[in-house]
Amino acid sequence: MANVATNGKRIVISPVTRVEGHGKVTILLDDDNKVTQARLHIVEFRGFERFVQGRPFWEIPVLVQRLCGICPVSHHLAAAKAMDRIVGGEKLTPTAEKIRRLMHYGQTLQSHALHFFHLVSPDLLFGFDADPEIRNVIGVARKFPELAVQGVMMRKYGQELIKATAGKKIHGTGAIPGGVNKNLSIEERDGFLKDLPQIVQWARSALKLAKEYTSEHLKELADFGTFESNHLCLVGPSGELDLYHGNLRAIDAGGKTIFDQVDYQNYIDYIAEEVKSWSYMKFPFIKSLGPENGWYRVGPLARINACTFIDTPEAEAARQEFKALTGGKPNAMTMAYHWARMIELLHAAEKIQTLLHDPDLQGTDLVVKGERRYETVGLVEAPRGTLFHHYEVNEHDQVTRCNLIVSTTNNNTPMNRAVEKVARDYLSGTTITEGLLNRVEVAIRAYDPCLSCATHAMGQMPLAVELRDRRGELLDRRAKGVDAR
Amino acid sequence: MTDSITISIDGVEIPAETHHTILEAADKAGIYIPRLCAYPGLKPNGSCRVCTVLVNGRPQTACTTPVMKGMVIQNETPELKRLRSNLIEMLFVEGNHYCMFCEKSGNCELQGMAYRLGIKTPHFPYLEPKREIDATHPDVLIDHNRCIFCGRCIQASKTFDGKNVFQYIGRTRNKKVGVNADDGLGETDFAATDRAAQVCPVGAILKKRVGFKIPIGKRIYDRSPIGSEIEVQPKDAGSAQ
Ligand code: FES
Ligand code: NI
Repeated sequence: MANVATNGKRIVISPVTRVEGHGKVTILLDDDNKVTQARLHIVEFRGFERFVQGRPFWEIPVLVQRLCGICPVSHHLAAAKAMDRIVGGEKLTPTAEKIRRLMHYGQTLQSHALHFFHLVSPDLLFGFDADPEIRNVIGVARKFPELAVQGVMMRKYGQELIKATAGKKIHGTGAIPGGVNKNLSIEERDGFLKDLPQIVQWARSALKLAKEYTSEHLKELADFGTFESNHLCLVGPSGELDLYHGNLRAIDAGGKTIFDQVDYQNYIDYIAEEVKSWSYMKFPFIKSLGPENGWYRVGPLARINACTFIDTPEAEAARQEFKALTGGKPNAMTMAYHWARMIELLHAAEKIQTLLHDPDLQGTDLVVKGERRYETVGLVEAPRGTLFHHYEVNEHDQVTRCNLIVSTTNNNTPMNRAVEKVARDYLSGTTITEGLLNRVEVAIRAYDPCLSCATHAMGQMPLAVELRDRRGELLDRRAKGVDAR
Repeated sequence: MTDSITISIDGVEIPAETHHTILEAADKAGIYIPRLCAYPGLKPNGSCRVCTVLVNGRPQTACTTPVMKGMVIQNETPELKRLRSNLIEMLFVEGNHYCMFCEKSGNCELQGMAYRLGIKTPHFPYLEPKREIDATHPDVLIDHNRCIFCGRCIQASKTFDGKNVFQYIGRTRNKKVGVNADDGLGETDFAATDRAAQVCPVGAILKKRVGFKIPIGKRIYDRSPIGSEIEVQPKDAGSAQ
């Protein structure tokens, strides 16, 4: 429900719907009513870092899932990878690593499918300016029922994979320090194999939809919320896309390497976090470039831009098409996230296929351990981007310190830039129009932010957009979603 | 000297021997009376009161009451179920029990009892007491957040292990299971192989570094509800999560 309050010179925008979580945007104007900056405010809840203090380390991969009801598996795996090192078990057995990968690709599949089909497809199918009454998942279900069903079924398939590997769809226990607590039975495997061809087929058509949408609307999208940035992600030893494990790579807007094959145990030498007075969420940046120039994107766009290749054939072919659009250079379009995300969706489906045919999944050698350690970092490429977990554990096995940089925090500056760009291009005068509001929403959504996770809080959160002049005077405010306040 | 007698539980006549408690006689006959503190081989202390039954119409704890000839006992009545549910709910709110990330989940008697009694969320306000973790022992951890003061560990250390590691200290809200050392369990002669390390019904005394090794689905109460190991005709399992 949009709500416009025009009390003299005040304008406001509230809840951004279809973003997982909630936030508020302020757009700052100069004396000529030109946009100077956009700020996405998120109320950060730092309770979690305190909450884990004193807890035994083997509990953390399960406990940490309380952080976010939307992406618990990413936290489960990042924490488990960190705790692998505490027990000296980071060289997992083949069965353990493959079970964890299956869990991870399962969640990537379900997360990307949910985002694309439920949250994004209404924008693409009906246009940014369509009536919000139609531009939603119910509208999609009515007009394109087969598409809505595909979204639901792919999501369900991913969730079943999570359940089979973690024990439950949320708050599972599958990954434990040094390994996993179960393998995949032949019966479970056969169940997944039966439905897999359909899943791969749907992933192909979702990718096709995203790609064709982007090429058909290129004129409109090329500049929509677009800006140049650095890109950061994990890559495998040959530079291949690897969502579960690898070393850090960062490239600049021209595609040049900033650093490569950095062991993430040393991330602290390469990445720092800036605090700004107006935001509770931190602003990570690459140390060597400084806070002004060192910020970077993470997530599907960054990964497809930065990896050298993809080790599954169909996704690799799709990556090449993606790269061809920009002549091999990194793609700077905010809206290219959707295409990149669907390349990963297909990649996840292909990976699941390979894994399910691997007899290691039925292995019984599940846990290893070795040299005990006291400080550790665990990273994964979560669906939304690079996720950092950093812990210290004392000699009594208790966690004494914890620092997390979640995917959405890594994308903090990029989201601000995207909103800023949209505001520059679509704001006229000092009134937030419905069209501007919709476009701000669409730009933020491209990053698939998990505000629930970034703020370490659960549940739904509204988003408002405010327009303020140089003195901080509120010019306009517009809100949408559950609660227009 | 023991004599064989007959008692009745919920209208069923069962044989018993006079040195038995009601709980023991019921167990032998395959009738489950819920309990949280009683433990085979340990002297019953009647602390949890979950085993309360009606003996000739009067409430008594089954774990401490010896059988007597002709006793008429009621075990499964709506009032007793309500009483037990209230006791369990109070135990939940008096400590900090987060089943969702507790490694004892699925193997926990308190959780198992809550499922058996059909408790969803407690009706009482959570007290959220400040409690500590004692991680000083190299192989065993005490998480006081989850202690329900059943007293099993205190007795087991004495009776089974011939040691005297645990004792109650403090009163009322400050009461806790203390150890006989100034600087925690690590200073005592406690060993992970002690029987006292295995009797805890909840996740308060835990062997270190083995949590979550048993996958969901394979834990004790995932498969059948608490009490079904005693009952002749197990109740239908409501799967514990
Ligand atoms: S079992 Fe009888 S009082 Fe606890
Ligand atoms: Ni999240």
